[in-house]
Amino acid sequence: MSAGRPWDEMIGPDGRARAHYREYSNWLLTQGTDRLAAKSAEADALFHRFGITFAVYGQAEGTERLIPFDVVPRVLPHEEWQRLEAGLRQRVSALNAFIADIYDQQDILRAGKLPAELVLCNSQYRPEVQGIAVPQRIYAHIAGIDVIRNDDGRFLVLEDNLRVPSGVSYMLEDRRMMMRLFPELFARCQVAPVEHYPDVLLANLMSVAPRGVDNPTVVLMTPGAYNSAYFEHAFLAQQMGIELVEGQDLFVRDDIVYMRTTRGPQRVDVIYRRVDDDFLDPLTFRPDSSLGVPGLLAAYRAGTVTVANAIGTGIADDKGIYPYVPEMIRFYLGEEPLIENVPTRVLRDPEDLAYTLAHLDELVVKEVHGAGGYGMLIGPMASKAEIEDFRARIIADPARYIAQPTLALSTCPTLSAAGLAPRHIDLRPFVLSGKEITIVPGGLTRVALREGSLVVNSSQGGGTKDTWVLEPPGGSDRA
Amino acid sequence: MLSRAADHLYWLARYLERAETIARMLEAEQQLALLPRPAEIAVRSRRATLVALGAHEAYDAWSPNGAADVLEFLAFDREYSDSIVSCISRARENARAVRGAVASETWETINATWLEMRQLERRKGPERTRLLFDHVRQRAHMIRGVTVVAMLRDEAFHFLRLGSFLERADGTVRLLDARSSSTAAEPLGGDDPHEWTVLLRTLSAFEAYRRLFRDSVKPQRVAEMFLLRPDVPRSLRRCLIEMRENLRMVATEQSAQTVRIVGALQAQLEFGEAAELTPEKLPAYLSDKIEQLRRIGHGIAQDFLVSDAVA
Repeated sequence: MSAGRPWDEMIGPDGRARAHYREYSNWLLTQGTDRLAAKSAEADALFHRFGITFAVYGQAEGTERLIPFDVVPRVLPHEEWQRLEAGLRQRVSALNAFIADIYDQQDILRAGKLPAELVLCNSQYRPEVQGIAVPQRIYAHIAGIDVIRNDDGRFLVLEDNLRVPSGVSYMLEDRRMMMRLFPELFARCQVAPVEHYPDVLLANLMSVAPRGVDNPTVVLMTPGAYNSAYFEHAFLAQQMGIELVEGQDLFVRDDIVYMRTTRGPQRVDVIYRRVDDDFLDPLTFRPDSSLGVPGLLAAYRAGTVTVANAIGTGIADDKGIYPYVPEMIRFYLGEEPLIENVPTRVLRDPEDLAYTLAHLDELVVKEVHGAGGYGMLIGPMASKAEIEDFRARIIADPARYIAQPTLALSTCPTLSAAGLAPRHIDLRPFVLSGKEITIVPGGLTRVALREGSLVVNSSQGGGTKDTWVLEPPGGSDRA
Repeated sequence: MLSRAADHLYWLARYLERAETIARMLEAEQQLALLPRPAEIAVRSRRATLVALGAHEAYDAWSPNGAADVLEFLAFDREYSDSIVSCISRARENARAVRGAVASETWETINATWLEMRQLERRKGPERTRLLFDHVRQRAHMIRGVTVVAMLRDEAFHFLRLGSFLERADGTVRLLDARSSSTAAEPLGGDDPHEWTVLLRTLSAFEAYRRLFRDSVKPQRVAEMFLLRPDVPRSLRRCLIEMRENLRMVATEQSAQTVRIVGALQAQLEFGEAAELTPEKLPAYLSDKIEQLRRIGHGIAQDFLVSDAVA
């Protein structure tokens, strides 16, 4: 699978707009680049005013940045979305089954489907929660699955995010912004709505409350106002109408979690936490953390509180585990994967290692525990020195790395300084699991704004686009 | 609601109100400077403003020879925690911490106030102080308006209002104090109706004074108006009526004592007489009110805002 010409989301091989983009493309032809640029500037000013920004650490007060927003939407036809949605449901079901199995009987390890030491010696495996039953056997209540479209037009899963996936607020705010900037477009194109996401999320969180709790109190736990995703935490809490708490607002007495309110302690049943495992409970995990709640794990173990996502989900989204997800789908569901993985070489395997070292200039090599696009070599873009440097690091500890072909991520026209130009994109749909699985149509499209760049992460200059799933002709099939 | 959130809301409102009070006081200074009066009166007047705001020590440290512009200091100095720009920034920081607990439009209005203030900060030239005063006053109206229109009448709203009215009460008393001054050797305003007219105007109360008294501007009546009248929006008595009402909505067993102090002070004002407000008696009267307001603020913090107290 060598990198061919990247798939253009809007323009087909015949040079004309693809069917699902035709309406938009006709409209686009009537717009000057100047108007788009003016709208783009308007969007920036509005994002600043709404405070949809993140503080930059270590810079002067008032240094707040925007995640760049691109005014050209990414459009998906209805049937394609349906296929993708089915694949995502399947994948997340299997991932949840895997996590539940690992913290329970470990059938998959006994069946020899993946190396036990890869799981049990993984830093993401949490022996502290081994054997604790969680409601509905759901661990990853909120999953962000990163998919990309290859040069042959197929979607592939690049990465699963099962710990504290972020970005959904941008999915919602980007839509709101597009409707504000281009209301006329929404009259022409039948775009599936996304703004009910907070309702679905709240219903999902309530559905996993501890047994016997009728009207659960759900809270959202944030590391605080200086966290880069703070806007999203506050936004979601507000949209769901629940309290946004910090560790200091919670305390545990007799294995029950309470929040400190102006009317005294109030019991908490479900914690949608946006704090990593390590910082949840200083008595169990990092003792130096002031973000957490002493005793939280004891309450969790007693089953009086649900933590979403559950503790220990990192074991399933580790890059070293990723190559085995298709095997999980077969093992737990008895099905073939509907969306494939990117072919991945595991460098703990001597054959894969030898191949990789011989082809470093073509491959993408990732550190198993890296995140956010750090600790990664993109062979075709790297200098000789960078490749040699990476080679030495791989040889020193091959098990820390996986290698993948350099993919030709699909491109979408994007407003640049020089007008509209193709830029690489990916897609992060958000999959909610509780009593049932729910996916709001679309997700967050991330775009690498630098010409030729394949790194879409916002921490490395990536931006976002609104994602449109078109309703089927003849109207919505949503209830 | 969360004690921490209540704390942020309360302080958000206090800092906004404080920024407005400072802007109004400095506006008064700016207009008084246009009156034909001896230079040493102008110097003393500015000093009285500094003292009334509790800013004199910080100012002296910043400008030991007293040459630096007092208005510039109180308006734009970032190092000083109670300058207008610091108050707006602190209000915005508090708002950011509870942006989910206030209406989005309230947050956006506060955030936009801060963004525009930062542009003013980058501006050069003497007119920027006047622009800042206008900005703060107008935006304060807007933030109040959007809060009243868009926010649910829940605890969040009541803690915002509590903060606003306590700070406003304190600001009104301090404004009177600066003019009548318990802190200066002799009363600054004296009988000069011009001085008091400026004060009335900066408190948006000149027209109301005329309607209430149909009289020339007299210091004792100004004091009566701002302390005892229940129908004057910024008066101490009005603020106490509002505080009592909002306090009633959030009251718990623990807050009984604070409710009593507020009620007692309100009664004292309700049955108070203008005769108590002669120029000789006023300074002591004002000091007493500043102290009582301080006790109320302390009570609110202990009863609702300190998380440990309710753990």
